[in-house]
Amino acid sequence: MAGYASFVNTAVGKKLAAQLGLPRPVRLRRYAVDAPLVDGAVLVGGHGGTPLLDRVRAVLADEAVTAVGEVAEGQRVSAVVADLTAVESPEDLESLRALVGPALRSLAPSGRVVVLGRPPREAATPAQAAARRALEGVTRSIGKELRAGATANLVLVSDGADSGVDSTLRFLLSGRSAYVDAQVVEVTGGEAAAPADWRRPLDGKVAVVTGAARGIGAAIADVLARDGATLVCVDVPAAGEALARTANRVGGTALQLDVTVPDAGERILEHARARHGGLDIVVHNAGITRDRLLANTDEQRWASVVEVNLLSVLRMNEALLADGGLRDGGRVVVVSSMSGIAGNRGQSNYAASKAGLIGLVQALRDDQGLRRRRITVNAVAPGFIETEMTSRIPFATREVGRLMNSLSQGGLPVDVAETIAWLAQDASAGVNGNVVRVCGQSLLGA
Amino acid sequence: MATTSQPTSLPRRAAVIGGNRIPFARANGSYAHASNQDMLTAALEGLVARHGLAGEQVGEVAAGAVLKHSRDFNLTREAVLGSSLSAHTPAYDVQQACGTGLEAAILVANKVALGQVDCGIAGGTDTASDAPIAVSEGLRETLLQLNRAKTSGQRAKALAGLRPSHVVPEIPRNVEPRTGLSMGEHMAQTAKRWGITREAQDELAAASHRNLAAAWESGFFDDLVTPFLGVTRDENLRPDSSVEKLAKLKPVFGRGEGATMTAGNSTPLTDGASVVLLGTDEWAAERGLPVLAHVVDAQTAAVDYVTGDEGLLMAPAYALPRLLERQGMTLQDFDLVEIHEAFASTVLATLAAWEDEEFCRERLGLAKPVGSLDRSRLNVHGSSLAAGHPFAATGGRIVASLSKMLSEKGPGARGLVSVCAAGGQGVMAILEAA
Repeated sequence: MAGYASFVNTAVGKKLAAQLGLPRPVRLRRYAVDAPLVDGAVLVGGHGGTPLLDRVRAVLADEAVTAVGEVAEGQRVSAVVADLTAVESPEDLESLRALVGPALRSLAPSGRVVVLGRPPREAATPAQAAARRALEGVTRSIGKELRAGATANLVLVSDGADSGVDSTLRFLLSGRSAYVDAQVVEVTGGEAAAPADWRRPLDGKVAVVTGAARGIGAAIADVLARDGATLVCVDVPAAGEALARTANRVGGTALQLDVTVPDAGERILEHARARHGGLDIVVHNAGITRDRLLANTDEQRWASVVEVNLLSVLRMNEALLADGGLRDGGRVVVVSSMSGIAGNRGQSNYAASKAGLIGLVQALRDDQGLRRRRITVNAVAPGFIETEMTSRIPFATREVGRLMNSLSQGGLPVDVAETIAWLAQDASAGVNGNVVRVCGQSLLGA
Repeated sequence: MATTSQPTSLPRRAAVIGGNRIPFARANGSYAHASNQDMLTAALEGLVARHGLAGEQVGEVAAGAVLKHSRDFNLTREAVLGSSLSAHTPAYDVQQACGTGLEAAILVANKVALGQVDCGIAGGTDTASDAPIAVSEGLRETLLQLNRAKTSGQRAKALAGLRPSHVVPEIPRNVEPRTGLSMGEHMAQTAKRWGITREAQDELAAASHRNLAAAWESGFFDDLVTPFLGVTRDENLRPDSSVEKLAKLKPVFGRGEGATMTAGNSTPLTDGASVVLLGTDEWAAERGLPVLAHVVDAQTAAVDYVTGDEGLLMAPAYALPRLLERQGMTLQDFDLVEIHEAFASTVLATLAAWEDEEFCRERLGLAKPVGSLDRSRLNVHGSSLAAGHPFAATGGRIVASLSKMLSEKGPGARGLVSVCAAGGQGVMAILEAA
């Protein structure tokens, strides 16, 4: 933590912040291979038949976490999982209030609220659709109410997709989702296969990360490798020195390649096939900024950003997603941005490219060819992430950027990487066409 | 002449799998504060990353430096320990002046061919910026005397031997110890002997810059070079160099009217490092690494330049016929030829010698001249005049680049590498596209 966040965690800072009612960011709980899924018992409950709770209990049992039906006086819980998939009408939401409301006071630091529902568009009646949609409003409000690093997220599980929820549940409960707050994740069909070892869910996979030399890209390579993947690290030739460091750290290979060259996709595939026998995971992370107000943006500034951030991804996908490209069950994750959702003054070119990526992901969600090959395409949209790039933002603007979210701090590159690693799992087969923000529930574009 | 006249029939041929170098920098430029060990380690790290060798135990690493600090007695092993290679990778230093890099590659290739290792890395590094400076001979003797002294009397006596002149340090110079002449002065004599014109030298220099610039532009070096300390291209490269611009430079070697050698058609002092990955075809295949070329044969030669019998840098002219005879080839059989451009005139004098009937008969013992070389096959992606010449790093630069060029030409294409070296030596090798 840096700046205000580190000051407010000093003795003086704590006192001052409490007296003035200032936000008090805490050090977030983050994933470690040997760390427990959550620190303590989990309250589970819901409405009606709670059809998903058996799965929830099984996941918790597998991780040796105690599931409780109620919170005893003076006891703390590490998370609340509320199964509202059976709601019929808005009256049923009382079950959510009764379960979650009182438990919020007992929630441990970096606690979790995970609400499970079904997609409103699949509702049988308008009343049911209203109730289902209401879950989003509640969850986002809980996110804003929570303190001390706790988060609230909603998972919408399609009818018949219940078996695909495990990886998402594990992700949201664990420290992997430290900076993912107030998100709605949809789990639709797909054959979700549990990994042999949840600590190495990407074992045997070959992954390529573009823009892997430094910052978020390097963190993605680190996390995918930690989870068992073999890495192909790509960056422009001029970034080769840092790229070599990343590749050697993760025991992968470095491919010095400008993603805008016409055959970039083919060259990535060829490299992955020759060196590692194939390709399973593609993370389109390479991106540039050329910030100017639109009024001052010339053709070159406009074009270079759209070319690197968006057109190159479209072009590479042609090769990567063609038959004989990515192996069956492959995963594509693009790195979008909050700017692409909310827009950002002085970043019209960047926002255009990052919003374009979301359009791309949503279009591919319904691609029948990809479905047949069980390939998913998702986007992550980072908010304020502490990188070399954001460290160059002027102090005041930077502090505002850091604080304008429910967790009152910037995220770390690893938070983006963890989210991508979750989407890349075999067990996340049901998560397709999602745009998951890694923004600590930023006030922007929410 | 002790040469083997039978084609070599080694059990297997070493494969050139890939290479890596850092961009070459002008002396006292961007790498002024980088040591040989820093640069060699950086070159190794790029090679390891490109080929996915982190944590791997490689058969051996052989590399060297020409300008070397005494503290670098185990330079290559230290670089390996500072790299991502397994610490169980053995290493040793090689030194054969400017032939170091190519000689190291030949050594490793031979071990691969003999089955003693299944893979290895060869390379070299040199810094003219971070050069070793020695205390003067007088001071050194005094200090050693002081060290041997047992009584204060003896110590006082040793110290009394100090003279003001002893304070002047010895800086390494590009001078032949037995003649006191610089390499450029030696080369000027040879250029005069062969009537190499200023125009021809400037043309060769301009072509070197033009060709190297085009290679950079086309992305040829994307998988041969890893940036270092923010340098992403060879610093010495002048893409806009031209015969006209070069013609304006004043000669720096030779005297009077016959002086043709300038800073433009001579290589500058340079800092840099390069490495080459060699191994068996099987070792490469197990890792999914493509084989670029095979090392077919190699030959070294030396001349007596001390008595003036032959020019200092003419040894490669003598190495070639031995290679050609052994391989049953002619110079014209090579699809590509890389002759290290120590000076433009070195390349031109060597080519002239091979065309000269008398030289080939009298000196090389050939019935007819080696003949002329199709210049479109010479140094097609530029050479040392443009890239610069960090002495021990040049061999690795050429072997990796030539292997890739041959591989692009297709199976069976053959290439020749020629590197001249101080002390009147020359190192040559033949590569063949896999």
